[in-house]
Amino acid sequence: MPKALAGYRICDFTGQLAGAGATRHLAAFGAEVIRIEDPVNQGRWDILRGQPPYKDERRGINLGGSFNNHNVGKRGITLNLRTERGKELLTDLVRVSDVVSENFSAGVMDRLGFGYDQLRAIKQDVVYVSSSGFGKQGPYGTYKTWGPIVQAVSGLTWTSKLRDLEPAGWGYSYMDHTGGYYMCIAILAALHHRNMTGEGQWVDMSCTDAGATLTGPAVLDYTVNGRPTRRDGLPDSNHNRWPPMAPHAVYPAEGEDNWIAIACRDEPDWHALAAEVGEPWTGDQRFATLDGRIEHEAALDEALCGWTTSRDKFATAERLRAAGVPASAVQRPGERIDHDENTSAWGLWPTVRQTDMGDVRVDGVPAHLSETEWELEHGAPNLGEHNEEVYGGLLGLDADEIASLREEGVI
Amino acid sequence: MTGTAAPHGPMHGLRVVELCEEVGEFAGKLLADMGADVVKVEPPGGSRTRSYAPFVDDEPDPDRSLFFWHYNTSKRSVALDLDGEEGREAFRRLVADADVLVEDRAPGWMAERGLDYEDLRGDNPGLIHCAITPFGRSGPRAHDPATDLTILAGGGPVWSCGYDDHSIPPVRGGGNQGYQTGCHWALITILTALLYRDGGGGGQFIDVSLHAASNVTTEAGSYQWLVAEETVQRQTGRHAGVNPSGPTQVQAKDGVWMNTGLFPRRPHEFRILIEWMQELGHYDDYEQSPLLEVAAGMDRMLDMGRAAEDDEEAALLSAGREAMIFLVQRMDAYDYFYGAQERGFQVGIIYAPEDVIEDPHFIARGFRTEVEHPELGRSFVYPGAPYAFQGSPWAIMRRPPLTGEHTAEVLAELDSA
Repeated sequence: MPKALAGYRICDFTGQLAGAGATRHLAAFGAEVIRIEDPVNQGRWDILRGQPPYKDERRGINLGGSFNNHNVGKRGITLNLRTERGKELLTDLVRVSDVVSENFSAGVMDRLGFGYDQLRAIKQDVVYVSSSGFGKQGPYGTYKTWGPIVQAVSGLTWTSKLRDLEPAGWGYSYMDHTGGYYMCIAILAALHHRNMTGEGQWVDMSCTDAGATLTGPAVLDYTVNGRPTRRDGLPDSNHNRWPPMAPHAVYPAEGEDNWIAIACRDEPDWHALAAEVGEPWTGDQRFATLDGRIEHEAALDEALCGWTTSRDKFATAERLRAAGVPASAVQRPGERIDHDENTSAWGLWPTVRQTDMGDVRVDGVPAHLSETEWELEHGAPNLGEHNEEVYGGLLGLDADEIASLREEGVI
Repeated sequence: MTGTAAPHGPMHGLRVVELCEEVGEFAGKLLADMGADVVKVEPPGGSRTRSYAPFVDDEPDPDRSLFFWHYNTSKRSVALDLDGEEGREAFRRLVADADVLVEDRAPGWMAERGLDYEDLRGDNPGLIHCAITPFGRSGPRAHDPATDLTILAGGGPVWSCGYDDHSIPPVRGGGNQGYQTGCHWALITILTALLYRDGGGGGQFIDVSLHAASNVTTEAGSYQWLVAEETVQRQTGRHAGVNPSGPTQVQAKDGVWMNTGLFPRRPHEFRILIEWMQELGHYDDYEQSPLLEVAAGMDRMLDMGRAAEDDEEAALLSAGREAMIFLVQRMDAYDYFYGAQERGFQVGIIYAPEDVIEDPHFIARGFRTEVEHPELGRSFVYPGAPYAFQGSPWAIMRRPPLTGEHTAEVLAELDSA
């Protein structure tokens, strides 16, 4: 099957998930993503390199599980940009690349001598996409972030909480994933624009801007109606008001830390749920209408908890779905990865071979394409694993030249 | 940076037909705000999402839903009855002329009406048809009912979000992120298919699963299990982890919550902290200030690993941590956020959406996007761009359409084509 992005070459400085997560998807569709790492600090600018989780008892710079996950399918070279020869080699590489991608702090590329103006002087139609916590432009351009800070400042932490409690936030770097998705979209859109017009460009991405696009209706309720979310113990994100649904929450199930999510979208869903529950409280006049169930939501939730709490989360969810009511167990990682036909049988967890780690499973792509399906075959590159291939095969250096680059600490 | 009419966005010239409600209409917005001509096909009574609150001035009306507004900027609207042959014929002609069809109908819905990829590709071999469904077009649960809540519960995010106290239910983050993540994946795959076509390839069918999209958007939740078969546990306001970590949320003097981020470890960071506390007049009331002096005078960075067995190391780290919390509690949240970040400390104010849109950084980046609504004689501020294209600017090209506003216009274009 053909690769959709065959022939596209990405000169890739990204790291962590917010950056590396963007270019991993390009590699899955056949782009040649060349990851450039600093030989002096063994690529540790990416704080995930060599870090846990580990597949076995071995430890080392090439054995980090999250790094492998975020860099599958890429090639890896080392390059010391403190040296003049290193800068010349990068210039050669940019000249034959379609895209330069990075998520350094603001100013780093300029200091290295590879800001957008320099990049376009090397390759006139280059697509340059930079991403950082607050973007390169604006008063917070130099502020430091990681996922939880981005989520805090963009409004996503606050909008993830239960009534009258402090923010629960996102229990992981949702905006590293999503910042990576937006960065990937920006790269692809800029490439299409280049294909249509012959023009390259710079795209400046700010992960907090990206995060702030994800709470739109709440922003409009404020700018249009002047109604803030900071009121009355809100937000209360397991409940739903736009549109109103009740019952709609996460309820306890049988066993330790087991839960089931149930959402009644409309009156037929509520009647179907009531029939499955079959207890007298479902006929309570307070619950006869949506308005009533919303007004008495606490009592409704408590009553439904009484029914769910001694029941198996999987069997109950299946029974409710069969009755037409949206319901799902809150799945633990092992449950949704190893025992869910809608992920495993769907091909969502491919096994890749990483040169040192051996076979290891990674996140797949949550879509299937009829003509240009994705494929993840190789794990993340070892440090400098593709130096010969890239410096020799692509840039045409001979073995002696590559050996002397290594000796001089350039690669 | 935003709002300028020329030059065009990067998707200028792309023709998109969108047949979506709450699950997929964000995908159409992402394309439309990048310059694509997105024609939204609605039933004659209007999309269901037009009935979703909140409404302008709280007056329910299909053309006043702010939920609909946000997700439908820059689009045109065509009202077609796809249960009738006349509407279906117009839809086929519309798609025959389009580059992309993006839809979120239940599996089987399109085929029942003779409007699925197999029916449409004959007249348009270059068509990219993207279907966004809860579990993908096939598989054992393809026909199961689902909402954003149940997708996020089954897909992993809910397991990782919530509070230290596990008697409190785990939490779904707000804002229909399960749908939005599916739409991000629709964009990635549609644009990938488009680049394939740019290079001479043909069209194709794309099957996006919301459930799968959530499953690969959980960071350590997935890879900790995939690599090491370890299960992360949720914690208040911070990463779910295999091993517990210390709290990171503190309430400032004005009641606003703060993510305390990273605490000082290097000598110069302690020096900066001391000077800041002195400036604010809080240095002398802080009981552990002598320890801050010790840390500032060290010739090395403090080591979290060493703190486990070295009481002095632990005391110095704790003095820095406690000092930052001591300051938060004596300051308004914004003053603390600004003061700390200006001094190089990584902290985050926990903004509400209404705070973000008023923040000077977002304002300077042009995030507030003014959109005129001539039908109401008013203009409103919308959220802005997720990315700043310097050569082909993102823009809200037009306000969200009224129900079927462009039906005659679009059908006339088909006739003249």
